[in-house]
Amino acid sequence: MNKTWNNKAWFMILPAMLMVMISAVIPLMTVVNYSVQDTFGNNEFFWNGTEWFREVLESDRFWGALVRNFAFSFTILLIEIPLGVFIALHMPRKGIGVSFCLVLMALPLLIPWNVVGTIFQLLCRTDIGLVGYAIASLGIPYSYAADPKDAWITVVVMDVWHWSSLVVLLAYAGLVSIPDAYYQAARIDGASRWSVFRYIQLPKMKRVLIIAFLLRFMDSFMIYTEPFVVTGGGPGTSTTFLSIDLVKRAIGQFDLGPAAAMSIIYFLIILLVSWVFYTVMTSNDETA
Amino acid sequence: MARINLDHIRHAYGIRPTAPQDYALREVHHEWADGGAYALLGPSGCGKTTLLNIISGLVRPSEGHILFDGQDVTHLPTEARNIAQVFQFPVVYDTMTVYDNLAFPLRNRGVPEDLVATRVKNILEMLELSDRADKKARGLTADQKQKISLGRGLVRSDVNAILFDEPLTVIDPHLKWVLRSQLKSLHRHSRFTMVYVTHDQTEALTFADKVVVMYEGQIVQIGTPEELFEKPKHTFVGYFIGSPGMNVFPIALEGRKARLGDAAIDLGFAPKVAAGQKTELGIRPEFMEIGKKGLPVSIRKVEDIGRQKIVRGDVAGQAVSIVMKEGAEIPSEPRVSFQGKGINIYADSWRVGQEA
Repeated sequence: MNKTWNNKAWFMILPAMLMVMISAVIPLMTVVNYSVQDTFGNNEFFWNGTEWFREVLESDRFWGALVRNFAFSFTILLIEIPLGVFIALHMPRKGIGVSFCLVLMALPLLIPWNVVGTIFQLLCRTDIGLVGYAIASLGIPYSYAADPKDAWITVVVMDVWHWSSLVVLLAYAGLVSIPDAYYQAARIDGASRWSVFRYIQLPKMKRVLIIAFLLRFMDSFMIYTEPFVVTGGGPGTSTTFLSIDLVKRAIGQFDLGPAAAMSIIYFLIILLVSWVFYTVMTSNDETA
Repeated sequence: MARINLDHIRHAYGIRPTAPQDYALREVHHEWADGGAYALLGPSGCGKTTLLNIISGLVRPSEGHILFDGQDVTHLPTEARNIAQVFQFPVVYDTMTVYDNLAFPLRNRGVPEDLVATRVKNILEMLELSDRADKKARGLTADQKQKISLGRGLVRSDVNAILFDEPLTVIDPHLKWVLRSQLKSLHRHSRFTMVYVTHDQTEALTFADKVVVMYEGQIVQIGTPEELFEKPKHTFVGYFIGSPGMNVFPIALEGRKARLGDAAIDLGFAPKVAAGQKTELGIRPEFMEIGKKGLPVSIRKVEDIGRQKIVRGDVAGQAVSIVMKEGAEIPSEPRVSFQGKGINIYADSWRVGQEA
């Protein structure tokens, strides 16, 4: 049979392209559209060039939220990745304990964000919450609504509680895929527990840990619901992350232009940082 | 380097073994000499790997004891037994260089770095990996990775024994020969006790001084290649070793004679067999001769394999293989005669000695 060279194959991806257009490209372009225009209502728009971008990038409000975002992501990654790996290492590999642990680990992941927020908001109240009351009765002054430090601790603990399981499950999947022969060989070679971890388990978990790292970074960088429910971004602006600030601008103040410009900057930052992480973490593979 | 005693070892993977079939190893009771090269030979699932793992301590036997140089090590963990073991599939530490991989077993035991360097260099040269010493192990081919696994087994100078679990499975045929003869020469001048598991008879017969044939969880015979060839203790050994395997005929014993169909064969001795036992006569194709004497044989086909021919046919309704020298002629009415020294008598599959 002769091969006919044409571009008909492109039509095959048309349905998928249409879906992507509707769900992603069109909304994104709307945002781009808003970001370069100004409006005084009545659906009248004026060309505004890059003014909104300039305004956003020059505002302390934006940089403050950005720094808080990085601080938050950095903190939770620093806790969740080692904690997840640690728990995965201590989970049983066979027997009925496996299913029990897996179900237990999956539970937090099934709870919707705003419910997690509500749970912690109630739990940490010093008048009726179990945890808040316990802390207060120990004589430690604690209030997530008044003290920025307490608000931060509450939000971080909440995220760790909600998402460490994801890291655990991914790390566990990596661990159980290691053939027994590796552990046997390590015993023959007289390797210590630490060496087994360092030279067998960690390298074999590397790929899934990269995924866990990226997922947790992107997710935590976009965090909105939980702090919104618990602290509402306060006290002051101490837990106002980019997404909370964005919603305040777009919905609260109806500043569509600056909000759109901020969205785009926000999006580019996540894209850039994820790309950098991925490139750095996988770069060792090629040098072998 | 050590003498290894296997004292009534039995092993079952299930929890409550009752029938003999529940045991992966039914009963192993043997002594293996210090500095010997043993090959554990048998079909898949016969318990070879289980026995090997019991020696190295990766598996603890359900019953029995294991002794190194008279010292009971049954309850010692692998790490404390000072054993080297090479597995069927390559195990390398991906993030380490080839050099560090080979140095790993030594460094874990606190060997001084200058000694590590000399040992590792020797092994690298032997395995022809010197030019890759500083490369990461991850990028190597399966062959090269298995060489590293092998090297980690050979690098230590103080081991009680080196165990090989079908180590050359993933290696290509040419290299197999090279590595096997290197192992053999290493054994000659190091005198480590070596145990080599394989299901390939050529590999077993060329590597080992003593071949241990296993079948259904038991050791059926330990012997030199000649003993296994000439006096197989069990019909399974007869089938399994040699190409083609031993011919086995059901017979009726009448004192010094064996009755096979209409013919009676003089055995030259009277085997002692208990009543009701299944009696068989085993003879290797090499000890049968086609000519004008003996039992009539109908020939189905002749395979020419170079220096000799293999004749496939039927004798007394039983399929047989007979080896003929090159150039020998098949007469028009072929008959087959049995050479007396090649005849073995079996009762319930076990050999009955002439002495007995």
